[in-house]
Amino acid sequence: MGSLNALEFSLLVGLFGAAAGFLGALTGLGGGVVITPVLTLLFGVDIRYAVGATLVSVIATSCGAASLHLKEGFSNIRIGIFLEIATTLGAIAGAFLATRIPTSSLGVILGVVLLYSAFLSTRPKLDKHEDVPAHALAERLRLDSSFPTPHGWQPYRVQHVKTGFCVMFGAGTLSGLLGIGSGALKVLAMDHAMRIPFKVSTATSNFMIGVTAAASAGVYLNRGYIDPLLAMPVMLGVSAGSLFGARHLSGTETRILRIVFAAVVGVLAVEMIYHGLSGRI
Amino acid sequence: MQRNEERLDLTIGLLLRAGVITAASVVFAGGVWYLIRSGMLAQNYRVFQGEPAELRSVAGVLRGVAGLHPRAVIQFGLLLLVATPITRVGFSLVTFARRRDWVYLALTVVVFAVLIWSLSGIGYAPH
Repeated sequence: MGSLNALEFSLLVGLFGAAAGFLGALTGLGGGVVITPVLTLLFGVDIRYAVGATLVSVIATSCGAASLHLKEGFSNIRIGIFLEIATTLGAIAGAFLATRIPTSSLGVILGVVLLYSAFLSTRPKLDKHEDVPAHALAERLRLDSSFPTPHGWQPYRVQHVKTGFCVMFGAGTLSGLLGIGSGALKVLAMDHAMRIPFKVSTATSNFMIGVTAAASAGVYLNRGYIDPLLAMPVMLGVSAGSLFGARHLSGTETRILRIVFAAVVGVLAVEMIYHGLSGRI
Repeated sequence: MQRNEERLDLTIGLLLRAGVITAASVVFAGGVWYLIRSGMLAQNYRVFQGEPAELRSVAGVLRGVAGLHPRAVIQFGLLLLVATPITRVGFSLVTFARRRDWVYLALTVVVFAVLIWSLSGIGYAPH
């Protein structure tokens, strides 16, 4: 698609962005994950411009989703701030790394992360609650809190604070390296390692993604990766799509969509890895 | 969760939404302006050249907006978007200070400093 003018290009990219944002919000994968592969594979955009534009759209969707979650009372602001130290430092490390490593490697890494996210998204999310003893560091940082359930406020205790912090640094690095929110990895750190209830993990992760992305956005801006004319349709399309998608979040019919979207992400991931390995990115 | 924390959540939620809506409106306005003026120009993102200096820094973008360049207006909207989570962190800074929660004030200062440094480009930007 080389012969498009600015208007056609913006409309087409905006439409793809809207579709990605809609499906991303429905499935919880986030719209950002498919934007970079679509821009590079379909539109022939250099991966550095694609990553810059995607990162900006990630901030928009994260802030939008976070504001919804905050209303519901699931987010834990203290956990968010504490872990943001890890994610922002990681994001800056990742953004600097992105300017050093070859674009073909970026493509391969993005493909692998996408495959993993697609796999995670198809697994059922169960909120198992277990009684665990208080964790010394979590207690000192007052990370423990409670969240609303149909039967009233349910308290929870945070575990493995240091492990979670380290995984968060990794999530931040991937976010800065690939321009994604890496929400899947953030939820994994909180949900799996730190034993934070799934709803609290998701809400707090959304809260953190914007801050993490803002940290690497500074580096991207100063390095000239953020092109306004490319970021414009991506950001507007993804925001509009995810806003619409968030309203349709409940319901079992999303299960099929979830699997379809995971399959699409999987195919794009394999394409990214293949193109990266054959040096075409 | 305490009552006052609930109220804080609502305020932050409002702030985030206002930031995204403002940013999106500016980006949209700049985009329409650009497309009306130069919508028929061909696009090429196949080769990475990096953005011109005017679109690479906060100061450059502000100069571009003052010079009425539509691309700088879009970039300014994107900067407003980046500023939204940063403002949120600044907001937490004030809240923790007011509550005399020194541990969390210190943690928030670190996050805030990292964000400001990254945006400023001090020490790593080529200009």
